[in-house]
Amino acid sequence: MIGLTHYLGVAAMLFVIGVFGIFLNRKNIIIILMSIELMLLAVNINFVAFSTHLGDIGGQVFTLFVLTVAAAEAAIGLAILVCFHRNRGTIAVEDVNMMKG
Amino acid sequence: METLNLLAAGPELILAAGAIILLMFGVFTKGEGAAVTTLWLAVGVLVIAGVFAYAQPGDTEYAFGGVFVSDGVSRFANVFMFFGSAVVLILSRDYMIRAKSMLFEFPVLVLFAVLGMAMMVSSADLISLYVGLELQSLSLYVLAAFRRDSTRSTEAGLKYFVLGALSSGLLLYGSSFVYGYAGSTEFVAIAERLKDGDAGVGFLIGLALVIAGLAFKISAAPFHMWTPDVYEGAPTPITAFFATVPKVAAAVLLVRVLYGAFGEVADHWWQIIWFLSAASMLVGGVAAIGQTDIKRLMAYSSIGHMGFAMLGLAAGTAKGAESVLIYLAIYLVMNIGVFAFILSMRRDGVQVTKIDDLAGLWKADGLSTFCLGVLMFSLAGIPPLAGFWAKFYVFQAAVDAGLIWLLIVAVAGTVIACFYYLRIVKIMVFDDPADAFDGPMLIENRLALFGSAVLVFVFVVGGLGVPEMAAEAASVFAK
Repeated sequence: MIGLTHYLGVAAMLFVIGVFGIFLNRKNIIIILMSIELMLLAVNINFVAFSTHLGDIGGQVFTLFVLTVAAAEAAIGLAILVCFHRNRGTIAVEDVNMMKG
Repeated sequence: METLNLLAAGPELILAAGAIILLMFGVFTKGEGAAVTTLWLAVGVLVIAGVFAYAQPGDTEYAFGGVFVSDGVSRFANVFMFFGSAVVLILSRDYMIRAKSMLFEFPVLVLFAVLGMAMMVSSADLISLYVGLELQSLSLYVLAAFRRDSTRSTEAGLKYFVLGALSSGLLLYGSSFVYGYAGSTEFVAIAERLKDGDAGVGFLIGLALVIAGLAFKISAAPFHMWTPDVYEGAPTPITAFFATVPKVAAAVLLVRVLYGAFGEVADHWWQIIWFLSAASMLVGGVAAIGQTDIKRLMAYSSIGHMGFAMLGLAAGTAKGAESVLIYLAIYLVMNIGVFAFILSMRRDGVQVTKIDDLAGLWKADGLSTFCLGVLMFSLAGIPPLAGFWAKFYVFQAAVDAGLIWLLIVAVAGTVIACFYYLRIVKIMVFDDPADAFDGPMLIENRLALFGSAVLVFVFVVGGLGVPEMAAEAASVFAK
């Protein structure tokens, strides 16, 4: 029987893959955008699983908000990326280095 | 509680309506002149909303079925955020025109960002918290990359976006655990649930992730990596905005979440806040010493100041919340003054931001040097200026809570921070003069710099009602 823990496990794995995708990837910023989406989708799985488990609709409402905001976020991220590409001519992660922290 | 109660959300509704109308106005008019008009109208909207917020009684009222709360804390934060952003908008005008970036989107985006922040400080539910936070963050990402033709500005926007999205992800993942183990997204319901006993390990994971996500937004160490780069790369007026208003909003949101929703489990979160506070104070102090760019220096300075603000938060008492609010208000005023000066650092029409450019300023412009010196002394926390009293209140709250080790770190942090603030004063007064800056300072920059220096002085006599207002606001959290 597949229960709450299984869903939480899948979500945790997806989330961790997303976080690692942001930090370990050295090639392309588009991959970072994809990793961010993966993290948000993992969160959605969590919310829906908890919502069903608790018998409370709130979590599913939250999921819809997350989906909408994630779409807006991706749009803005891509727009900034386009501007960056126009100025710098590259979207490789190691080239985002004009300023050193 | 189940009603719409629109009046409680009055300031936010004014901002929302104003932003949408100005967006339309901007689209249907052309040219730089229209953009400047939009900016002044946006200032007007902010002032009206600020007056409306100030006129609110400050009683706790819920709106939109309990997801939105208007109380003393939101009133306090709203007043300072609205007037602060109005001043920053006025200061931005000249820079944006010179940079050929005076587009009507700029004031409109600032309005939307402020609306998001006003929603954050008034949120009473994880959903409204998230939506407010994202409205703020999405506007700020665009603002950071506002100079589309500048590599630095777009890079700053990109870095801010990636790390900001990561922090939103952490916050959301945490929220999902809080929801799952506490059974609700409403702060009141979460607090009720926690009264019945511990909600388990899953809840604590959620709590830690929510705090980590919010720590990103107030740029507390070790989540501060984005701050110096974004501050350096973003156009200076937007850096001024970043360093002031969003900091206040995120810190007040942290107070609201930790005291409002998670107040019952203070035993669990105070250690996290303890660590964040200590790390921020030390990182802010040590890393600022080697900086040569004043915008980067102000970034580290803001990290340090957030550490001090969290000192009051770690106390976990109503007194602690009160001290955080006072700290934020004073921090806002001081930083606006400093950035009013930084914005007028120009040579041959080009903005310069090196600290060495300030050398020997004393001979060229005595009054500005004096005002900036006063602000630097105040930021360092030297009595009797306002910055000292800000630190005094948080230290007092920490003493009452018995946080001795954190206080020792805080004193060390203050001493280290003194070094780099006073170094600026030394460079201005004693070093050989560098080339003079362009022409006389604009009247608005002069007024903001002078006004904030005067406020820092006047705070000593009576505190200008700020401590009373903060005490009244923080009484929400008294047990």
